[in-house]
Amino acid sequence: MTGEMATAFLAAIVGGALRVGVPFLFVSLGECLTEKAGRVNLGLEGVLVLSAMAGFGGAYLSGSTWMGVLVAAAAGAALALLHGLLCSLPRVNDIATGIALMLLGTGLAFYLGKPLIQPQAPQLQPIALGGWSDSQVVQAALQINPLLLLGLVLVVAMTWGFARTRWGLLVRLAGDSASATKALGYSVNGIRIAATAAGGAIAGLGGASLTLFYPGSWNEGISSGQGLIAVALVIFARWSPLRCVFAALLFGGAGAIGPALQSVGISEGYYLFSAVPYVLTLVILVITCKPGSVARGSPGELSSTK
Amino acid sequence: MRDSVADIALPIAALLAALLLFGLFVWLGGVSPLEVWRLLFIGAFGDWFSWQNTLQRAAPLMLTALCVALPARAGLIIIGGEGSVVLGGLAAAALPYAVGLPENLIGTALVCAAGMLAGALWIALAGALRQYRGVNETISSLLLAYTAIALFKHLVEGPLRDPSTLNKPSTRSLGEALRIGGIAGSDVHWGLVLGVLACAALGVWLLLTARGFSVRVVGGNPRAAQLVGLPANRIILLACALGGACAGLAGAVEVAAVHGNANSSLIAGYGYAGILVAFIARHNPLAIIPVAILFGGFGAAGSLLQRRLDLPDSSVQVLQGIAFVLILASEALREVDWRTVREKLMRPAGPQAPVATARERAV
Repeated sequence: MTGEMATAFLAAIVGGALRVGVPFLFVSLGECLTEKAGRVNLGLEGVLVLSAMAGFGGAYLSGSTWMGVLVAAAAGAALALLHGLLCSLPRVNDIATGIALMLLGTGLAFYLGKPLIQPQAPQLQPIALGGWSDSQVVQAALQINPLLLLGLVLVVAMTWGFARTRWGLLVRLAGDSASATKALGYSVNGIRIAATAAGGAIAGLGGASLTLFYPGSWNEGISSGQGLIAVALVIFARWSPLRCVFAALLFGGAGAIGPALQSVGISEGYYLFSAVPYVLTLVILVITCKPGSVARGSPGELSSTK
Repeated sequence: MRDSVADIALPIAALLAALLLFGLFVWLGGVSPLEVWRLLFIGAFGDWFSWQNTLQRAAPLMLTALCVALPARAGLIIIGGEGSVVLGGLAAAALPYAVGLPENLIGTALVCAAGMLAGALWIALAGALRQYRGVNETISSLLLAYTAIALFKHLVEGPLRDPSTLNKPSTRSLGEALRIGGIAGSDVHWGLVLGVLACAALGVWLLLTARGFSVRVVGGNPRAAQLVGLPANRIILLACALGGACAGLAGAVEVAAVHGNANSSLIAGYGYAGILVAFIARHNPLAIIPVAILFGGFGAAGSLLQRRLDLPDSSVQVLQGIAFVLILASEALREVDWRTVREKLMRPAGPQAPVATARERAV
């Protein structure tokens, strides 16, 4: 590999991490909020696909990208709200409901999104951070998704919120001990429903980033399990919004290996490289989980870690 | 007794409600719900042609549903059956590359066995990760499924590709003698019989054998299983391996009976639809048979809806999603004490005694 190729390859990995990592960041933040309140939402996969379609449709019909982003967040919140409500019914399990919503969300998105496969919607304008370099590839790699900045603001807000605000404390309380929450006179279900819906809205921003920035079009293969990987990412990030950023970038980078190799002319084993994020998630889960003990930092009421 | 009535009545009520809601959904899009319901029925069970299509789809659904139901009886929620399907199909198609097979029924049996082995190992891996490393099996099985699909694509488009397949990369086709044929000259292949037999055999196994009983104990009450000294790890791995073997068999049968070789048509979502079938059947292998036929029917009717009413091909997926949500929600109704509700309705005035459900909910 020549020096130029190495630069191109590295730039493609970094650029890929920044592009592919953004949806990972939003879904993992959404899942983090949901799980902090004591519920698992496997349905975020459905939320992601539905909001990706809704965001694209919203932007296409209104002509405004930011309108699309709003629509995506609203669609995500609506589907997640359904999850929150269903899980509050007696005898209803959050894992099974998540699987059902995954099916429902993707089904609805494919159904309603059928007419959106052809058209082109207005896209989010990238923020160029690569002006310092003469290299074309570096400049191309550092075209930043504006939603990434929004995501970083969210990270700060969530970190501060969980630590310092009454709302954040209530969410953590509901996640750690339902009985203590009840004893203080708060509604456990109410808090969890609100947190799940808010988490869905955040994950919806990830959907918007898929169809309005990268890859930037709507099709039925738009998500390849990012919503589910998010559940594993949150375990990896030990329920900390800040660590979600690193986890998301790591996964974005891992997912970018295949396309990066292709960009420098190596297409051997393309499909194997596409499996890297999944294998990496598995390896991380195997390393971080311990049999018979609860993962460090895990909310006490969570069903996935019990 | 009351429980078993609810076991049957609740899913049926939920399915009817799902059909009603689906009708409302298409009506909002300007399509007549009556026409949709009629076509759903005709496309699924209207004539012999529809029945053949329905049963052809029901066969893999039975097997993939078992891949969810058996681990579920042992207390694990496995949703990565799709991975076992594709790897099972791949192993079946790849076996003739490795060894010379006798051109008869034994050869076919070996092809199926290869698929079952691949599927069993894949799901048992998810079970082992959970038992020995504490990794959540729902997530790991799905990650394994995505990995399996990537592996499948790599091998089918790379090392195992038949160079003569240009447009649709495929493996070399199985010899005619290794194929699974139709029953009495119809399109319904013997895979259906395998599916029904597997459901029946595993249903009886769970219900009547000591091993099957121990699976139910481990799944129903892990603490009791520990107290009586059941080898939980081995039992759970067995349930996972059996389930995975069923899904692997589904892949092998699809290859040997429908496609003839392994290609991307194998990734058709049977693994995911099987989750729904298993949940509606309440993880009871015997109940899986009729539920798989019903959902095979909906799948068959999907193309008719697409052709006649110009509905998207995903409309069946929407119906499945609504049905799944309502089936789960209907579990909540199980808690309702109908006698109290009736009495309440009869005597609307006056103070009410606290209802059992409200008390239980507060605990």
